[in-house]
Amino acid sequence: MAITSIKNLKEFSTNNDRFEGAHTLCPGCAHSMIVRELMNCTDDNLVISSNTGCLEVSTAVYPFTSWDTSWIHIGFENAATAVSGAEAMHKARKKKGTLKDNDAPVKFVAFGGDGSTYDIGFQWLSGAVERGHDFTYICLDNENYANTGGQRSSATPIGATTTTAQAGSHSYGKKEKKKDMVAIMAAHGAPYVAQLAPNKWKAMAKGFQKALETEGPCFINTVSPCCTEWKFDPKDTIGITDLATDSLMFPIYEIIDGHELNILYRPKNIIGVEEYMGAQGRYKHLFKPENRHIIDKVQQDVNEYWDYLQRREEARI
Amino acid sequence: MAEKYDLQEREVWDGNFAASQALRQAQVDVVAAYPITPSTPIVENYGSYVANGYIDGEFVMVESEHAAMSGCVGASAAGGRVSTATSSQGFALMTEVLYQASGMRLPIVLNVVNRALASPLNVRGDHADMYLGRDSGWIQLDAFNAQEAYDLALCAFRIGEHHDVRLPVMVHQDGFITSHTAQNVYPLSDEVAYNFVGDFKPVDDMLDFSRPVTYGAQTEEDWHFEHKARQHKALMDSRPIIDEIFADFEKVSGRKYNRVESYDMEDAEVAIVALGTTVETARVAAKELRAEEGIKAGVVAIRCFRPFPFDMVRDSLENVKSVAVLDRSSPGGAMGAFFNEVSAALYTTPNRPLVTNFIYGLGGRDFSISEAKRIFKEQKAHADAGHITTDIQQFSGLRGPHLGFFQTKRG
Repeated sequence: MAITSIKNLKEFSTNNDRFEGAHTLCPGCAHSMIVRELMNCTDDNLVISSNTGCLEVSTAVYPFTSWDTSWIHIGFENAATAVSGAEAMHKARKKKGTLKDNDAPVKFVAFGGDGSTYDIGFQWLSGAVERGHDFTYICLDNENYANTGGQRSSATPIGATTTTAQAGSHSYGKKEKKKDMVAIMAAHGAPYVAQLAPNKWKAMAKGFQKALETEGPCFINTVSPCCTEWKFDPKDTIGITDLATDSLMFPIYEIIDGHELNILYRPKNIIGVEEYMGAQGRYKHLFKPENRHIIDKVQQDVNEYWDYLQRREEARI
Repeated sequence: MAEKYDLQEREVWDGNFAASQALRQAQVDVVAAYPITPSTPIVENYGSYVANGYIDGEFVMVESEHAAMSGCVGASAAGGRVSTATSSQGFALMTEVLYQASGMRLPIVLNVVNRALASPLNVRGDHADMYLGRDSGWIQLDAFNAQEAYDLALCAFRIGEHHDVRLPVMVHQDGFITSHTAQNVYPLSDEVAYNFVGDFKPVDDMLDFSRPVTYGAQTEEDWHFEHKARQHKALMDSRPIIDEIFADFEKVSGRKYNRVESYDMEDAEVAIVALGTTVETARVAAKELRAEEGIKAGVVAIRCFRPFPFDMVRDSLENVKSVAVLDRSSPGGAMGAFFNEVSAALYTTPNRPLVTNFIYGLGGRDFSISEAKRIFKEQKAHADAGHITTDIQQFSGLRGPHLGFFQTKRG
């Protein structure tokens, strides 16, 4: 059952707390906000799986665990498959009547970072979604392999510097554009796909609830600013997220049944990507005269994508 | 409630069909699988039993073997009976998750239809995949024919799910020679088979929300070693439980299994130690040689490859003069792995028999009775000379010039 009262953040944030605060994520990491919000938006029993990554290594270091619900981690790539196996077992045992409580509703959720979602676990996620398991996959997208010290992933935006796509005297950082994972998952025909952000917490809670209530595989890409690798002050996480959503670097929208696109947040004052990039150390080199053209290119891409989203929303196709 | 399946007292089944019937009778809850030759029919059959109501289970056809074992891990942690099958490259792709399954102490039963590992690509049987699993923390049982593939699969559920064991179990059979050869198989009735296996009794059930569980935690230098040591101890401690379950199985089937099987070993002077279908070839050769030439030949076969029956291997071979250990896997720049293990066991005996190593049958190359006889005769020559008279490691049945390595310093 979904929690209906999402009007008051204080009340919501302390509701039904099944994710303990004593984890070792960096101060200022958005992962825990997103995870807590998911777990607080439902009263149903939760089976959660996590790919290897920051969330996993920071929340289940033996003999401790932050998870006051069923939780499993296998490897870097297979959280979607682990949870689909558990979901299949739930079906089998429900049929046979061997569950402790045969009628209690159970939701299945997988978490992965962008490295495990966009790159190494891409096939496992695609397979689980194609098979139609009843689960929600949430990507905690911080646009790099933060757990191993900031390497590029296919979610890293063009122009960002990472330890494996370095900016230097002959390089402006990563050369390739970010993979459009939301579109790819929508193309799977998943019944609910969305991109959400922790600064727009009401929209995020509603999106999570929609995904959990939707039967079948759902995919949500969440923006999770990484103070350590994006290089900003840990106290500014939500401020950076505001810049991300208001510059439309991360538009907030959902796609239902692979085609019905709804924009969930329209900034009153759209800001330039320059303001968003200027607030982070990973883009610092782009402000040199020889790299300025990359900022212009990103702005152009963002404008075009926003235009595309609005046209799709309007066309209802 | 599952539909009734008609069984004859004697069936003609190949090894794959036999294994799948064990899965049906054990009423496996979830099979997550990916097809690969020659193991595919095992999971195809499971799917068809589900489709026709003979099993109340879920058949999850995933997109790779890595995902197959990942799905099995998730399903097993969710508190039910889980099984799958694979071979060769599929086994190799699964390997990462095999270690995770055993580390989480999940009693998954994996039917491995042994097949060579590429490159070059080869679909025929050798033991490269079986060897690849030997450090994975799984119990490994070895069937030499279709009957045993069925019997051992039933035993595997009992062993793995035993609360003092809680380990995953592989049941190996040889690709094609066992998996695709129709043989007489005497199945148990559904009732007797299910009662032997028993209901699944979950431990640390992810679907029991009154007691949340965390699977797959992180440990570093502070606790990892203790976890791995306990896992090794659990494997070692499973030995008497495997013996008990084999004894129980004899009560319901009349068929007796031992972790080490000895044939004609009471007075044997020379012996072959082998795995898989080769055991039956060597047994015929030993019998014929005894009748034809009076050579006291015997065969020692490993039924339980992991945990390795170090003491039983030693005890069964300590009075023999010369032993040939047959490795059906490319040794990759060393003595055969099986040879090394048997030799280590024999090193602790007072008389230390001579031990030689044969690499044979790779990629499904036939291993004949006459070749087994030749190997026995060579052992007899070593025994008579009192030392190894050939290279210690030799390739058997290889085209072209002789290939062998290392000589003894005992002669």
